[in-house]
Amino acid sequence: MDIFIQQLINGLVLGSVYALIALGYTMVYGILELINFAHGEITMIGAMISLTVIGTLTGTALPAPLILLIGLLAAIAGCMVVGYTIERIAYRPLRTAPRLAPLITAIGVSIVLQNVAMLIWGRQYLPFPPLLPQGWHNLLGARITDIQLIILATAFGLMLALDALVSNSRLGRGMRATAQSSQLVGLMGVNANQIISMTFIIGSALAAVGGFMVGAYYGLTHYYMGFLLGLKAFSAAVLGGIGQIRGAMLGGLLLGVIESLGAGYIGILTHGVIGSNYQDVFAFVVLIAVLIVRPSGLLGKPAVDRA
Amino acid sequence: MVKTRSAWLSFIALTVGLVLLPLLVQAGLGRGWVRIIDMALLYSMLALGLNIVVGYAGLLDLGYIAFYAVGAYVYALLDSPQFGLHWPVWAVLPLGAACAGLFGLLLGTPTLRLRGDYLAIVTLGFGEIIRIFLNNLNTPVNITNGPQGISVIDPIQFGTLSLAAPHTVGSIELSSPQQYYYLFLLVFLVIVFIAIRLQHSRIGRAWAAIREDELAAAASGIPVRNLKLLAFSMGATFGGLAGGLFAGFQGFVSPESFNLMESVMILCMIVLGGMGNVVGVILGAVLLTVLPEALRMLGDWQLNHLGHIVVNPDDVRMLLFGVALIGMMLFRPAGLWPNRRIQREWRNKGS
Repeated sequence: MDIFIQQLINGLVLGSVYALIALGYTMVYGILELINFAHGEITMIGAMISLTVIGTLTGTALPAPLILLIGLLAAIAGCMVVGYTIERIAYRPLRTAPRLAPLITAIGVSIVLQNVAMLIWGRQYLPFPPLLPQGWHNLLGARITDIQLIILATAFGLMLALDALVSNSRLGRGMRATAQSSQLVGLMGVNANQIISMTFIIGSALAAVGGFMVGAYYGLTHYYMGFLLGLKAFSAAVLGGIGQIRGAMLGGLLLGVIESLGAGYIGILTHGVIGSNYQDVFAFVVLIAVLIVRPSGLLGKPAVDRA
Repeated sequence: MVKTRSAWLSFIALTVGLVLLPLLVQAGLGRGWVRIIDMALLYSMLALGLNIVVGYAGLLDLGYIAFYAVGAYVYALLDSPQFGLHWPVWAVLPLGAACAGLFGLLLGTPTLRLRGDYLAIVTLGFGEIIRIFLNNLNTPVNITNGPQGISVIDPIQFGTLSLAAPHTVGSIELSSPQQYYYLFLLVFLVIVFIAIRLQHSRIGRAWAAIREDELAAAASGIPVRNLKLLAFSMGATFGGLAGGLFAGFQGFVSPESFNLMESVMILCMIVLGGMGNVVGVILGAVLLTVLPEALRMLGDWQLNHLGHIVVNPDDVRMLLFGVALIGMMLFRPAGLWPNRRIQREWRNKGS
């Protein structure tokens, strides 16, 4: 039983990170109907920037929490710039082009970011400075670490904040209106381009936090880490219903739990025939299953234009 | 097709050129470059296969290399000491192609009724999954030999004639890569013929209609989903065939030969050369196979003249591809040698 609770906790922590990253996919898709392939790489850049800043500041007189905070803020700022730039250079000029065009540039951007990161940070796995508290608590026979608690609290805080922003603020109203029709909002005096830029910036900031968390949680970063993270977060977004902000949150958490429980139990269930090395397959299986059974996702409305 | 005298002349010149090419290259640049030309032919087949999916039908497939992997592993498993099997080529190559086509159907069925971008990401995931399975299917029963891959694969042989050993034809001794060249050229020409005929066939025109406006195509009575599936599995079949040839040619396959970057590179070939245009796609494939090799020589040049490597060509290769993808889409979306119709489509929608 405590294995179950342990995997559940691990899954929720992992899932809250997926959810943060999935939000970026879903917000952009909601407004532009574009899969931002480079989103996973933005996450990676976030992890790398925070790692570098924290690594540089470690050993100075600054207290550990402040160093972590500075690292996180630097990552957020860096990713906001990257996200904004990508939208301006690679997506905006192609907004009226055939659908294939922005998809191909998105892949191009993703490769460029990966390789630039490889040139800057090298090919090897980089250890994340162990500044976070290392304590742990007992919860119903399972172990929950301080890092996990911090990740859960931050992720949920941010999700609540984003939900409030989208449903209550002026900007959020603009985003929802632009999602309905980016041409018509212009007539209402909303600057659609500005709203779209803001969407990319907010999504990138969340990705930066997600990247920081992944780095801190696993203790490792790598220039290629964004690819699989992005794929999983996208699956989470589809599971929840792409374009639905609350869907991305739900999908992320669910996917984390599925993956964690799946990896924990698959060895036992199949008598060791299939081991936990297939963990990365779960996200994909979930993605295919959702597309077959309920393409609009858990919280999505059935799409009118499915073609 | 060939009508005027000048067309005849250029046709003959092209034929003679293609026949003499491996002889000249081996004499001038060495056997290594004949192998590179062989690879260029294999990549051209792959690019032509993917072109059916991306260029003709307008579906973005990012896991195309998985079908290549399926073809290669079918050949490797049935023609190596792994299971002690040594099936004849004429059975293994079609089987590999058919398996790849079947995988294409399996993957396409759930995804093709959805929007195109779902297909892109699902195929991307599929490519990774195939690689993960190839990596892990060495326990509990050793099927693929895991990350070590399968080696000592039988070379392609017809009866007792093995393409791995040199043979003398007339007074000319043909090396192994040269013999592979002629085999690949033959398959390549068949694929080119199919690709050209397809484009102007009823099916090809239906694909163009789907690419341009799916709704209108469906309203005109085109069975959109079936034709998309056909494009998808036909592309996969070509990929599987090329994969089988690759396994026999290389004698060794491992999961690492089939990563995402390979899929992206084949996509690059199409985008760079000109989506939907057979000649453009071949041009793109040849360019992107030969250029990295030339870049590698640039690395040697740095080592010889500057004493150390300032910019490692291997490090910046993918970066250049990424930049090329973005640049092409922004400034010349229809490619270096574009298909007229696609060029018009992209211009109209762009304005």
